[in-house]
Amino acid sequence: MEARRASRTVSDPKVRHVGFFTPDPNPQPGWNPLASDTPVSNSLSPVMIPPPRQPSDRTAAVPVPETGIRRQTGADQVPVGSYNPSESLLGSSPAPSSPSSRVGLVDGEFSEESNGWFRRSESGKYASSLPDTMVDRAPENSASAAPVLESKKSVEATGKGGKAVVEEQNEVQSSSMPLKEKTTKAERRALQEAQRAAKASGKEGNKSAAVSQGAAPVKPVKQPSQKKDGPPVSVSVSVVSFDKKGGDRPPEKERKKDVPAPRMQFDDKSRVQKAKKHAVVKQTEARNRVELFRHLPQYEHGTQLPDLESKFFQLDPVHPAIYKVGLQYLAGDISGGNARCIAMLQAFKEAIEDYSTPQEKTLARDLTAKISSYVSFFIECRPLSIGMGNAIRSLKTRITDLPLTLSESEAKAALCSDIEHFINEKIILADKVIVRHAVTKIRDGDVLLTYGSSCVVEMILLYAHEMGKQFRVVVVDSRPKLEGQALLRRLVAKGLSCTYSHINALSYVMHEVTKVFLGAASVLSNGTVYSRVGTASVAMVANAFHVPVLICCEAYKFHERVQLDSICFNELGDPDAIAKVSGRTDVNYLNNWANKENLQLLNLMYDATPSDYISMIVTDYGMIPPTSVPVIVREYRRDHVFI
Amino acid sequence: MVDLQGLVNELVSKLRRRKVEGSRATARLTAELLRSVISQSKLPATNQPAALIDAVRDVGGKLIAANPIELAVGNIVRRVLHIIREEDHSNARDAVEGFRLSVGGDNDYIVEQDHLNLSVAAQSSLCRPSLHSLLERSPNSATTYFTATSEDDSEEKRKSLDPIARSLEFRRKVISAVNDLIEDINTCHLVIAELAVEHIHPNEVILTFGHSRTVKEFLCAAREKKRSFGLFVAEGAPKYQGHLLAKELAARGLQTTVITDSAVFAMISRVNMVIVGVHAVMANGGVIGPVGLNMVALAAQKHAVPFVVVTGTHKLCPLYPNNPEVSLNEMRSPSEVLSFEEFSDCMDYRIGTGAPQLHVVNPAFDYVPPELVSLFITDIGGYYPSYMYRLIADYYSSDDVVIQQKPAS
Repeated sequence: MEARRASRTVSDPKVRHVGFFTPDPNPQPGWNPLASDTPVSNSLSPVMIPPPRQPSDRTAAVPVPETGIRRQTGADQVPVGSYNPSESLLGSSPAPSSPSSRVGLVDGEFSEESNGWFRRSESGKYASSLPDTMVDRAPENSASAAPVLESKKSVEATGKGGKAVVEEQNEVQSSSMPLKEKTTKAERRALQEAQRAAKASGKEGNKSAAVSQGAAPVKPVKQPSQKKDGPPVSVSVSVVSFDKKGGDRPPEKERKKDVPAPRMQFDDKSRVQKAKKHAVVKQTEARNRVELFRHLPQYEHGTQLPDLESKFFQLDPVHPAIYKVGLQYLAGDISGGNARCIAMLQAFKEAIEDYSTPQEKTLARDLTAKISSYVSFFIECRPLSIGMGNAIRSLKTRITDLPLTLSESEAKAALCSDIEHFINEKIILADKVIVRHAVTKIRDGDVLLTYGSSCVVEMILLYAHEMGKQFRVVVVDSRPKLEGQALLRRLVAKGLSCTYSHINALSYVMHEVTKVFLGAASVLSNGTVYSRVGTASVAMVANAFHVPVLICCEAYKFHERVQLDSICFNELGDPDAIAKVSGRTDVNYLNNWANKENLQLLNLMYDATPSDYISMIVTDYGMIPPTSVPVIVREYRRDHVFI
Repeated sequence: MVDLQGLVNELVSKLRRRKVEGSRATARLTAELLRSVISQSKLPATNQPAALIDAVRDVGGKLIAANPIELAVGNIVRRVLHIIREEDHSNARDAVEGFRLSVGGDNDYIVEQDHLNLSVAAQSSLCRPSLHSLLERSPNSATTYFTATSEDDSEEKRKSLDPIARSLEFRRKVISAVNDLIEDINTCHLVIAELAVEHIHPNEVILTFGHSRTVKEFLCAAREKKRSFGLFVAEGAPKYQGHLLAKELAARGLQTTVITDSAVFAMISRVNMVIVGVHAVMANGGVIGPVGLNMVALAAQKHAVPFVVVTGTHKLCPLYPNNPEVSLNEMRSPSEVLSFEEFSDCMDYRIGTGAPQLHVVNPAFDYVPPELVSLFITDIGGYYPSYMYRLIADYYSSDDVVIQQKPAS
């Protein structure tokens, strides 16, 4: 119910139209990718197999052998050195400020998350269940394609208890009917049924194999994911291979849908009214709104929290864990992209554990709807970061890709393990890899400048310090959040020698700086780095002084959206934070600013750094120039889904 | 005389303790002090101008040493010296003319020619680089030289005319010129403000940084002429004077938006013009301004937004900057940036531990190179940075550029 409501609130008619098309199981959407894909693979000679297969392709695209690193780092889960990334991630959120502080409400991603996802999940499911078996089978027609595919699968299977044998069987099974390309709908449906049956039967065997073989090497985290990965493998490897293929070259249909839906624009009165009707969090409009930012939510801050707190026990559609995290967002207790994302995913995990599918509903649809409603609640508390959007997207894809035959408890276990896996692989491990990469760029005698507080940069600095490198750190900070002070505190406690300054003194301190390390909230596909406000200024001044700028950002925060300025999309913080200067009682000119009609205070939260200021982006796939961001987005987008 | 000494010491200590803030206030105080120096100092009967110059130079040296960063002090001292020199010169010319009149027709041509040469040469030696003198100079007499005898002659004649009266007259003229200077300092922002409508069009979006009285008057003048425009004010940490400016401008009916300094880059893409006030203008057209100004200028350049500096002529400094970020800068208290209570344990120099782990940098000024400045709007019109050296030649005598004598020489 919740999701339907949410989706209806902001959907625009055109997209809804598409949504109505998809439920038709006879695959109009399915045919498109087929038409584009299979004939090619059929007509080509075995040597020119068109679908560029994953492992080789990846290594070619990015110099760092991705699979190798991931596996390798996956092996040493034990924290490197003395710090524990997850600990520092979560611990890095600054001390809770007053509950009224900063938090934007209802965001721009509203429409994307709540509707787009719901729709996509449906069509996505059809696309993946049906055409993929076909697409996947296509290369196997040619004899030489099989080994490639085989090798890919074995790579995937490493660390999963070596189920190569089972896969072999599946290969044989699926390749036993290779030439039926032009099947009718009925035939295909029959085929699907057969595969499902085979999957169900294969599941038992798989499980036992997993238990017996995978006991020693596999960590407890991975165990549930085996349970879930097993069954699809036995049928056609459909889910996995589709994900990977999507990363390569999304079929036309898919690609069209991947264009991000326009965000909610808050200058559109009717839609704002609609959205308000369903909002859990009651917002009051800010009085002195900045004209230039009418399209962004500008609400009074600090008024919603008591109201929400009192509703804690009455709100049944929202799970308590979700509610708690939402309140923490609202109060500003959790900040920082990674910390927010982890908190959200863990809340989802709790919610999924407590979830039970209502009667006459399927888990995939109902849970997606539930998640959508949670997401819109989060959005009301504070606009999502782009990394969180990506995480939600991947979770929803996981849900819709769940095999229908899975029992509810199995599905839930699978999803929980997926979430765990996302946190571990995409955030914590990714940070470790980034640290390993970035630390190679720090030499003895360096003076490193960082701005604000980025947990990855902090880890890099601490790791380099542990390695015994001799360097100094310049921490540059800016109002109103002064996050740099918390970072400075932690760095000094670890024995690094630091210089602290505010952003205006940049030109003064930049003379001695040799490298600039910056974190990012997101990297957009035109190479723009979307980050804490002020980052652009730091990068600009560094560029003017010919100092290299290194951006450290996990790949899950990459997004295919493009942005040229910091105005079209942004988040507005609490304007009162600007009027008050902490620790300076003499600065009190703006005490009653809200009563002055001509005066507005603008507290921007983010800005967009143009790619020309950036020398390098350090990500978990390696160190890349900003021009290569679209490559990462394109090649690995599906990878977020593949676990 | 004691009173004068007291006045000088008072201003010196004020400057040294940084009790006077803002170049305008400093300039006014300096000019007023120098005026009393001129009126009260005892002058010898002969060679008054030289004595006066020495007296002013002496006091000026003390004031400059008290706060070498406050360039306005040096500017005013040099301006006053220049005034004295000009008065001296015009006196000389008057004397020559008077002599010519008194001697009348029974003078032979050569003597007259000599004195004419003297006046022209004196004029050209005093305000040689001035554009005025270039235009006024008559072409036929420019290359002739006067002899030592003719100079002695003229001195003798001038003294013989009316020494006491001329001495009083000279001092009166100098003082009235200094009064004019003070008046200029007091009213320059009004003159600049009159130019506002020529530079601001309707619906413009202007960004300014920190607080400047000149900028405030400039914007208000445009507002009073019924221009409607938007205004962003960057707060200008660590002094946060932008808050004050925003409050004052909002009270005058301007649509004002306060932004943090870090948001300048984000907002500048929507800004049509950056208008800032500065601390001092250097001879190369570079600008010393409140800290953070360079960042604003760079952002403006990136987005091709005109970066306009409004400044009174008293901020024009005849010096060329050498490493201005360090040499023309001073450090303010770290407590403005970081609270001592919280970080005191990291900042102390304990014996044995060596250097402290934590340094806090809080510079007061920023240098903006001339390439980043689009235009100067002064009380004598708008100028391009590369023309600044020329204006400086108009206001200062080249002999006064170095005021502080080295103790050795």
